[in-house]
Amino acid sequence: MRRILVFEEYCIGCGLCEVYCRVQHSQSKDLIKAYNREQPKPLSRVKLVKAKPVSFAVQCRHCKDPPCVTACLSGAMRRDNDSGLVVHDPDKCIGCWTCIMVCPYTAISINVLGSGVVAKCDLCSTLDTPACVANCPNEALVCEEVL
Amino acid sequence: MRYVIIGGSAGGIGACEAIREVDPVGEIILISEEPFPQYSRPMISEFLSGKASFEKMKYRGDVFWKENNVELKAGRKAVHLDLKERCVELDNGEKVKFDRLLIATGGKPIIPKTEGIDKRGVFTFTTISDAEKLLAVVKKNQRAVVIGGGLIGVSVAEALVERGVVVTIVELKDRILSLILDEVASRIIRDAMEDSGVTIITGQTVKSITGKYEDNTAVEGVVLSNGEEIPCGLVIFAIGVIPRTELVLGTDIKTNRGIIVDRYMRTNVSDVYACGDVAEVYDFIFGENRVLPLWPTAHLGGRVAGYNMAGKKALFPGGTAMSALNYFRVPVISVGLVNPTNNNEYEVMIQHDSVRKIYRKVVLRHNVIVGFLLVNDIERAGTLFYLMHNFVDVKELGSQLISDDFSLASLPFDIRRNLFMEGTRWMVLPN
Ligand SMILES: Cc1cc2nc3c(=O)[nH]c(=O)nc-3n(C[C@H](O)[C@H](O)[C@H](O)COP(=O)(O)OP(=O)(O)OC[C@H]3O[C@@H](n4cnc5c(N)ncnc54)[C@H](O)[C@@H]3O)c2cc1C
Repeated sequence: MRRILVFEEYCIGCGLCEVYCRVQHSQSKDLIKAYNREQPKPLSRVKLVKAKPVSFAVQCRHCKDPPCVTACLSGAMRRDNDSGLVVHDPDKCIGCWTCIMVCPYTAISINVLGSGVVAKCDLCSTLDTPACVANCPNEALVCEEVL
Repeated sequence: MRYVIIGGSAGGIGACEAIREVDPVGEIILISEEPFPQYSRPMISEFLSGKASFEKMKYRGDVFWKENNVELKAGRKAVHLDLKERCVELDNGEKVKFDRLLIATGGKPIIPKTEGIDKRGVFTFTTISDAEKLLAVVKKNQRAVVIGGGLIGVSVAEALVERGVVVTIVELKDRILSLILDEVASRIIRDAMEDSGVTIITGQTVKSITGKYEDNTAVEGVVLSNGEEIPCGLVIFAIGVIPRTELVLGTDIKTNRGIIVDRYMRTNVSDVYACGDVAEVYDFIFGENRVLPLWPTAHLGGRVAGYNMAGKKALFPGGTAMSALNYFRVPVISVGLVNPTNNNEYEVMIQHDSVRKIYRKVVLRHNVIVGFLLVNDIERAGTLFYLMHNFVDVKELGSQLISDDFSLASLPFDIRRNLFMEGTRWMVLPN
């Protein structure tokens, strides 16, 4: 499976990771449309966090023993053993926020404008490289294969 | 090896999954009084309101038992434990032998002795069957009195409101959700509930339930302890649950309020384990065991029990009072001690923006977070929970913890590094 490494010392805080994550999770997959026209407004699943001079991007770490899966009340959050991904099913999710309570990475967001339930990084499993990594101009995000 | 599990909800399911991770061949037998146990109990309010079908409520799919090769004895109640013979007797007389036993029988609703309790129109609200019975009778514009303004009371009230029922909550304490919220947070939810038409009466309890003049077996209303009468067709007891320990009473298994277990979820009798609402589990804030009737702690305890039963050592990392709520569209997260009483020992930090209705409170003891409460801006909760569970000294962070712009980047470098290198530690398997 793959994993995203975060190098905060290279992060310049530009926010392109969020921009391209949002585009990737839009219906149109088009930058202009995703930002200006699409309803509901797509949500970035990566968060750029800043506290000067520190900045870095954080997204779901796809933990081996994920607290969000243990805590989930509805069964919407689960770990796929084959891919190693922590998968969220918005149709099963009821938006009880219990997963948010236990994720130390704050990697789970409330999709206020969209589904009304939570949303998080899916590692762009349909792409060769996750959108945030591919569009990071300074290699502060790197994708690697791990066992 | 034969594993026997009594109860197939959060705890029982967690145990099955953990056992199968370690032991693919051992025999697992699960005894469940409920015919279809693998549903999400907290979702019975979504079911009642119509927001979730039974299909959506399934916590695990229909194939779960088959996939995990679990023999499910559904609709069967365990009525007797014979610890000498190491067997469980069922209500049909069948005896099931075990090598390892897990008791995950959960809780049962508290129903205080009240005059008129046996009338038609009186309900409890803890199972899907309770929700189905209520659903069969609710009508628009009908009146209901919910007894208890805790988690279950507020959740059933919300569902009833969505069905057009006129709801009154009667709460004994001076505010709703008093165990997990302080006055400010409770007021924010109360306002939202009142905006939705719910009447909230505090400092009162229901003394008796009265019957109709023409048919005394049907509910006409309730009488409060101050003598006030409230007419209604439905009365719902939602005071809370107590551990369902009946099976172990009179055996060698030690109980207090719940079954006493260690951090491997073992009872004092060898090869017998317990978890979830029926047990007293480790609270990492209090440093001792207590009843924590919550889904995440039940599931986690079940997993820990399962691993240990199957021979893989796992330690219960500890839970605490930890609730995330979304009642009446107000997101709230409350963890640990949010209403400290001894003010010399605790330091309390509060940020309250009454316009945006954002409220944040963090309670410290010796510079360690022992509780926090977040209303309407909750996404930092997991980081605070991490700092709390790892007893991180947060002196340096101070009031940043409650400021608008707190984030992972605010954490000192060492803590950030640990978090990314070592993972969350609110987990049960050694890395
Ligand atoms: C309305 C409602 C809302 C809730 N909301 C939340 C929430 O938002 N967040 C949260 O964390 N928690 C919530 N809870 C609490 C949560 O549902 C429980 O903590 C959790 O279900 C406990 O799981 P458990 O496995 O210990 O037991 P239970 O879920 O109680 O299940 C026990 C099972 O064992 C069976 N059983 C008992 N005795 C026997 C016997 N002798 N023989 C055979 N079978 C037996 C029972 O029939 C039942 O199926 C809520 C509960 C309710 C009722």
